Amino acid sequence: MDTLATSAGEIAQSVRVGDVSAEHIVNVYLDRIRRLDGELHALLSVDEAGARAAARMLDSLPAEQRTRLPLAGVPLVVKDNILTDRLPTSAGSKILAGFYSPFQATAVERAVAAGAVVVAKGNLDEFGMGSSTEHSAFGPTRNPWARDRVPGGSSGGPAAAIAANLAPLALGSDTGGSIRQPAAFCGIVGLKPTYGRVSRFGLIAYASSLDQIGPLARTVRDAGLLLQVISGLDARDATSSAEPVADYLAELEYPLRGLRIGVPSQYFGAGIEPEVRSVVMSVLDRLKAGGAQTVEINLPHTEYAIAAYYLIAPAEASSNLSRFDGVRYGFRAGASDLVSLYQNTRAEGFGGEVVRRVLLGTHALSAGYYDQYYVKAQKVRALIRRDFMEAFAEVDVVVTPTAPEVPFGLGSRRDDPLKMYQSDICTVTANLAGLPAVSVPAGFVEGLPVGLQFIGPAYSEALLLRAGRMVEEVVERPRWPLDEP
Amino acid sequence: MADPSYEVVVGLEVHVELKTKSKMFCGCANAFGAGPNTNTCPVCLGMPGALPVLNREAVRMAVAAALAFNCTIRQRSRFDRKQYFYPDLPKAYQISQYDAPFAEWGSVAIRSGSTRRTVRIRRIHMEEDAGKLNHLGQNLQSSAGSLVDLNRAGVPLIEIVSEPDMSSADEARAYLNELRTVLSYVDVSDLRMEEGSMRCDANVSMKPVGFVGSLEDLPRVEIKNVNSVRNVGRAIEYEIARQSRLLAAGEAITKETRGFNDASARTYSQRSKEEANDYRYFPEPDLPPLMLTGEWIASVKAGLPTLPDAWRERLTGMGIADQDIETLVHDPAQLAFLTRCLEYESDVRLVTTWMLSDMLRLLNAADLTFAESPVGPEQLAELLHLIGDGTLSGRMGKELLENMFATGKSAKTLIEQLGMAQITDDRVLREQVTSVIADHAKVVEDYRSGKAKALGFLVGQVMKRTRGQASPEVVNRLLREMLDE
Ligand SMILES: [Zn+2]
Repeated sequence: MDTLATSAGEIAQSVRVGDVSAEHIVNVYLDRIRRLDGELHALLSVDEAGARAAARMLDSLPAEQRTRLPLAGVPLVVKDNILTDRLPTSAGSKILAGFYSPFQATAVERAVAAGAVVVAKGNLDEFGMGSSTEHSAFGPTRNPWARDRVPGGSSGGPAAAIAANLAPLALGSDTGGSIRQPAAFCGIVGLKPTYGRVSRFGLIAYASSLDQIGPLARTVRDAGLLLQVISGLDARDATSSAEPVADYLAELEYPLRGLRIGVPSQYFGAGIEPEVRSVVMSVLDRLKAGGAQTVEINLPHTEYAIAAYYLIAPAEASSNLSRFDGVRYGFRAGASDLVSLYQNTRAEGFGGEVVRRVLLGTHALSAGYYDQYYVKAQKVRALIRRDFMEAFAEVDVVVTPTAPEVPFGLGSRRDDPLKMYQSDICTVTANLAGLPAVSVPAGFVEGLPVGLQFIGPAYSEALLLRAGRMVEEVVERPRWPLDEP
Repeated sequence: MADPSYEVVVGLEVHVELKTKSKMFCGCANAFGAGPNTNTCPVCLGMPGALPVLNREAVRMAVAAALAFNCTIRQRSRFDRKQYFYPDLPKAYQISQYDAPFAEWGSVAIRSGSTRRTVRIRRIHMEEDAGKLNHLGQNLQSSAGSLVDLNRAGVPLIEIVSEPDMSSADEARAYLNELRTVLSYVDVSDLRMEEGSMRCDANVSMKPVGFVGSLEDLPRVEIKNVNSVRNVGRAIEYEIARQSRLLAAGEAITKETRGFNDASARTYSQRSKEEANDYRYFPEPDLPPLMLTGEWIASVKAGLPTLPDAWRERLTGMGIADQDIETLVHDPAQLAFLTRCLEYESDVRLVTTWMLSDMLRLLNAADLTFAESPVGPEQLAELLHLIGDGTLSGRMGKELLENMFATGKSAKTLIEQLGMAQITDDRVLREQVTSVIADHAKVVEDYRSGKAKALGFLVGQVMKRTRGQASPEVVNRLLREMLDE
C-alpha cells in the first residue's frame, strides 16, 4: 500500500482492518519529517519515541477495540499553542520555550482517544498573533509551494506540514483566520468551527471570545473526520456548546441541490487582488453550472471589521498574556526586585508583534478609553453578527475569497503591520460573529494556491463540508509540491 | 473630641469567604490550613490553557446571603476581570463582578444602644480570592524573598458594600456584628476574621454640616484589611480623631488608602488615591453571563432559615426582654437550645432565665457553647418540671444543675442517687415545725410581738433540720398556721 498517496480516512481504515500496522505508518511519516522539515521548518518539536510507542500500543490492541477507532494510527500535527502532555508547548514564544504542560488539551485528548498519534508540534506566529508565521520566536516556516514565500499564519506550521504531507491531519487554532488563511496559502482545507463547537480547554488563549480549535487536512472528508472527533460539549470549558454534534460524513457525498450562495460585494471589491477574485468567480461559475444559485448580498458593516477585531483581540490578549510574569513557569529574566522581574521577563520574553498587541489592548481597556474603543468595537461586533443573520434569511452560505491575495514573500511585510492586518480582511468577520467557516482550494495564480471560503450559520459545519466537497468536485486536484511522483 | 461642625461618615466593604467544598472555578478543596500549594490545580495556578468553570454551590450561597439582606437579585449578571500584577494573583487578573453585580440594594437594621437604624447595602458581588504571600521579612519590598501559597487562590468570596450610612465606630461595630449574625444563620461562611474568612475595609470621611454635594467629592480615607470587629472600631476611632485634629489645625485631609497597626492602634498611610491602579475591568470572556431564573431564586429564598429580625419579633411576642433577645439572636447555638427546650417546657420566661443566668455561668466557666453543653435542652426542661411540680426547690435545682453539668446525668437519676427530693408532705413537716417552735420559745415570743423577721429564722431552722429538702412554701404556711392560731 502506498501510504503517502492515501487519505487519513484510508489510513485509519487500513490500520483498523490490520492491512498495515500503525507503527509502519508512523515510521513512514517520521522519515518524511526527517528528510523534509529541515528546510520547511513547519515543526517545532517531534516526538519520535512517543509516536512509535503510541503506534505500537494501537497495534497491540485487540482487533475489536481497534475497529472502533475512527483515526486509528493517523499521524497528527498539533499547533504549538495547543497543550500536549509528551511534547513541550511554546506558543511560538521565548517566554514559554521548553514549557511542558501538566495536562493535555481536550481536542488532543479526544483525537488521541480516537486513535490519532501525535507526531509533532506545528510552528506558529507567537501566541497566534500574525498572518505569516514570521512572528515565531523560533524562525519562520516556508511555504511548500514556493519556498521563498510565507505559508500564512498563524497556523502556518500545521498548514505547511499538511501540504508537504508531513502528516495527514493537523489541529490548528483560528482567532481571526489563523486556520483558514494558511490553509488557503498552502492549498489545503481548513475549517474554523462555530464558537463553542470545540472545547478551548488546553488552547493557550490569544483572544478568548474569538479563539476556536479546528482541523486542517488535504481533503474536505479528512477535515470532517477530525472535526467529528474533537467536537462537542466539554465540562472544562464553560463556553463550549451542548448543541448535539451532527454526523459530518454521513451526507458528505450528496451534493446540495439548489444551494443558495450569497456573494457579498464587500468581499469582492477593492483590496482583493483581481487574479484571486477571478479564480473564486470561476469556481462559482462552475458551481452554478452544476445547479447552485448565487445571490448578490450586502454585509454593510464589513468595512469596520478589521478595526473592531484589532481592538477586541488585543484587549483580550493583553489580559490573557498577563499571566506570563516569570513567577511560576516559563522564562524568567534576571531582576533586582518584583517590578523589574515583571518588566525584564516580559520585555525579553515577548516578541515585537506580541508587545505591540499587548500595548494596543492595554490602551483600549484603560480608564477613559474603554468606552471609546472596547465598547464601540463590541457594538460593531453586534452589527456584523446582525448582518450575517439577515443574510442567512436569504442564502444558505456566504462565499468569499479566503485571503485577498496569494502567499506573499518572506520578509516582505515585516515592517508594515497595517498591511499585514489587512490580510485578515476576509476571515475576521466569522470570528467576530462566532460563525463556522471553511477554506477549500479554489485553484492557482501562477502556481500559488488560492482559497475559497464558505461562511455558514451557527452549527452548520455539515452544510459547509458538503459545500466544500462540491468545490473539490469542480476544482482540479493539484499535484502536491513535495509528493514523490 | 469631634468638631461639631463636621459629621462622621462611615461605609464598610466586607469580604466574606464562602464555605463551599471546592473553589469557585475549579475542583480544588476550599480548606484552611493545608500544606502550601497543596490545594491547587492548573486552573487556580493560572497555567496556560486552563479555563474557569463556575461552581453552582458558590452561586447558591451568595444568592442566599444576598436574599438574607433583602437584596434585589439580578437575573442576568456577568463576571469581569479586574487586572493587576501581583505574585499572589496567578492570572494577573481576579475574576470579579464590576458593573453588573448579582445583588443590589439590601439593608441591615442595626441597634446601637437604644437607637435602631437601617444601613443600606449598595451591592454584593462574587469574586475569587487571591493567594497568600509569606514574606521572608517585614514586607515584599524589604524581604530577601517571598513565598507564594496559592491554596486560597480561587476561593469564592462575596463582597458586601454598604452605603456610607454609619456615623460612628459603634455603629460600624454594630453593623459588622449584625452582618456576621445574619450570615451565620444562612450558614454560608466560617466567618473567622483571624483566619481571613471575613475581612473588612472601612471608608471614613468628615462631612461639613449642611454639605449638600456628593459624598464622592469628600476626601475619603480607606482603611484596608482590618482583621477583627474590635479593630475595625479602633481603626475608625483613631481615624475620626486624626481627621478631626487635621481639620481643627486647618489642614486638608488627603484621599488615601491607610493600613491599621494593631499594636499602636493607629492607621498609617499606604498609598494616595492619585497613584491608584487602573484595573482595566472588562467582561470575562471565558464565562457566559450568569443567568438566574426567578423560580430558582424563589427556591433559594424558600430554603432560608428564620432570620434574626424574624426571631426578634417572635421572641418579643413571647414576652422576652429586649436585652435577652439580643443575647439570644447573636448566638444561634443559644437560640437553638431555647427552641429545643421550649418543645418540652412551655414557660418561656422560666427557660430564658435559667439559660441566661445559671446555664450561661456554668458554660462560660467551662469555656463551652450552648451547642457543646453537657446538659441538653431536654435535660434542662426536665429539671424545670421538677421545680415546677415542687419536687425540688429553686435552690436545690441550682445545686442539681451543677451536679448534672459535672456528671452529665439527668435530674431524676441524680435525685434518686442523692435522695434529694423536696419534702412537701404536711405530716412530716408538721413534726419538724412543732419541734422547732418548742425549741425556740424566745423567737416565737418575738414573732408574736410583731417582729416579722423572726419567722425567717424559724423557717431556716426547719430547712436546716431537713438538710434543705423541706419545701419553703409548705414550711412557711405551717409555721403561720401554728403560730397564728
Ligand atoms: Zn484549583
